[in-house]
Amino acid sequence: MHHLCALDDVVPGEGLRVTTTSPPVAVFRTEDDDVYVVDDTCTHQDASLADGYLEGCWVECPLHESRFDLRTGAVDQPPAKKPVRTHAAKVVDGQVWAELSTDAPNLPPGVAAGVAGGAPS
Amino acid sequence: MSPRHVVVVGASLAGHATARALRDAGYDGALTVVGDEQHRPYDRPPLSKGFLDGSLSPEDLALEDADDTDLAATWLVGRRAVGLDVGLGAAGVEPTHCVTLDDGTVLVADAVVLATGARARRLPAHLGGDLAGVHVLRTLDDALALRTELVAGSRLVLVGAGFVGAEIAATAHKLGVEVSLVEASTTPLAGPLGEEVGAAVAGLHTAHGVPLYCGVPVARLTGTTQVDGVLLDDGTHLPADVVVAGIGSVPATDWLAGSGVPLTDAGAVATDATGATAVPGVWAVGDCSAWWDVERAAHHRTEHWNDALTRPRAVAASVLGQAPAAVAAAPYFWSDQYGVRLQFAGRRTGGEVLTVESGSLEGGDALVVWWHGATAVAVLGMGQPKLFNRWKRSLGVASVAA
Repeated sequence: MHHLCALDDVVPGEGLRVTTTSPPVAVFRTEDDDVYVVDDTCTHQDASLADGYLEGCWVECPLHESRFDLRTGAVDQPPAKKPVRTHAAKVVDGQVWAELSTDAPNLPPGVAAGVAGGAPS
Repeated sequence: MSPRHVVVVGASLAGHATARALRDAGYDGALTVVGDEQHRPYDRPPLSKGFLDGSLSPEDLALEDADDTDLAATWLVGRRAVGLDVGLGAAGVEPTHCVTLDDGTVLVADAVVLATGARARRLPAHLGGDLAGVHVLRTLDDALALRTELVAGSRLVLVGAGFVGAEIAATAHKLGVEVSLVEASTTPLAGPLGEEVGAAVAGLHTAHGVPLYCGVPVARLTGTTQVDGVLLDDGTHLPADVVVAGIGSVPATDWLAGSGVPLTDAGAVATDATGATAVPGVWAVGDCSAWWDVERAAHHRTEHWNDALTRPRAVAASVLGQAPAAVAAAPYFWSDQYGVRLQFAGRRTGGEVLTVESGSLEGGDALVVWWHGATAVAVLGMGQPKLFNRWKRSLGVASVAA
């Protein structure tokens, strides 16, 4: 298990980008206080999903509006075509942990694993 | 009644999205997509950014992916449509249209979707526009030609400081090219963003040491066979190894002359709010089209990537006689320059009051909102994706608290 952040670091209804993993992950806390962890970088182009709009357990990419199901990683509509990798999250004593997936991440073209997400080039 | 053969003229984002939307909506008849470039559908926005700096390959731009099907369409790429003969149909008889291609092929269809996009406007030959080293950037081939010349230490002058010019400037600057921009108007981006905000966004150039010359038109390009500089009206001469004209685009609709499909004064195909033209069985979408904009009460050519992606759903519904599909409420575009992500949504029609809700224009991190009374009608974020997307959702809704 990998420690990501304190639950209180994440505002309900929002996401938080965590860069202590490679590639970075996004921790989402729904209004119902469910916590999900997925790779932070949209599978289409370099954008941080933690900046996206969270609605229920779906997050909309802040750049091109593809939406990802945080439970499965599935994408609903183009331009993204590949699912985002999900990680099993657990909250213990107010701390967010995740079992990081060993699957290959679906990073967009031109984005290296260590620096994915956030800043346009 | 569902058509038997749909011809989509144009194989870029809008054409590809139309083909996909038709299949998604259940159309199982014949489908032909015609494109005048040699390439299968590809994404254009990276051409001035990640593709131009070499971090993306042509394969990375593909709009189709390996496990995508070809949408059960016949793809005719590298073929240009040169004529459209519209049939008018008769009582009980659907109209039949003929699209003629440059190799003489005639495609017969009962539904035609025009998605031919736009062409980059070029500097005229008498001003030196045909000298070697003078480029435009619209297509993959344009970008390939330009990127071989953007070597560190070379001198690039951009004619036009709109979004395309600004992105090329930022990319070339990153590559170590000595860049300057010239802009005929007094403020770049005043059209889309207004004077104050346009000036602030253009300030990204000067903040990175890239000179920007505004308010002085280009007299001509200099050089005999190879361009060697740009001469401005005030006598200033800017030496250059490479010149790029980023001076807008014109709808690729000249082939429709005499077809009876109505065009706007600016040459775009005029349609209703679902993409249908006045000719039954002919639709238009993407950069070649000017859809009826209910809020502006006018035809409006949007030229945004998002509209080319999403409006085909409305076209497909209309072609198939289905219930209208929703079109994105607020026009949206983005631009990446010097590591700053700019995002704009909404409609500025003049007379708005603007507020800076977060950050500052001087600091290059502003969240700007335009207001009609208590209603936010447009929003710009400079590196503010989270706030931007919240504001975007509240556009058009009156608010008591600013």
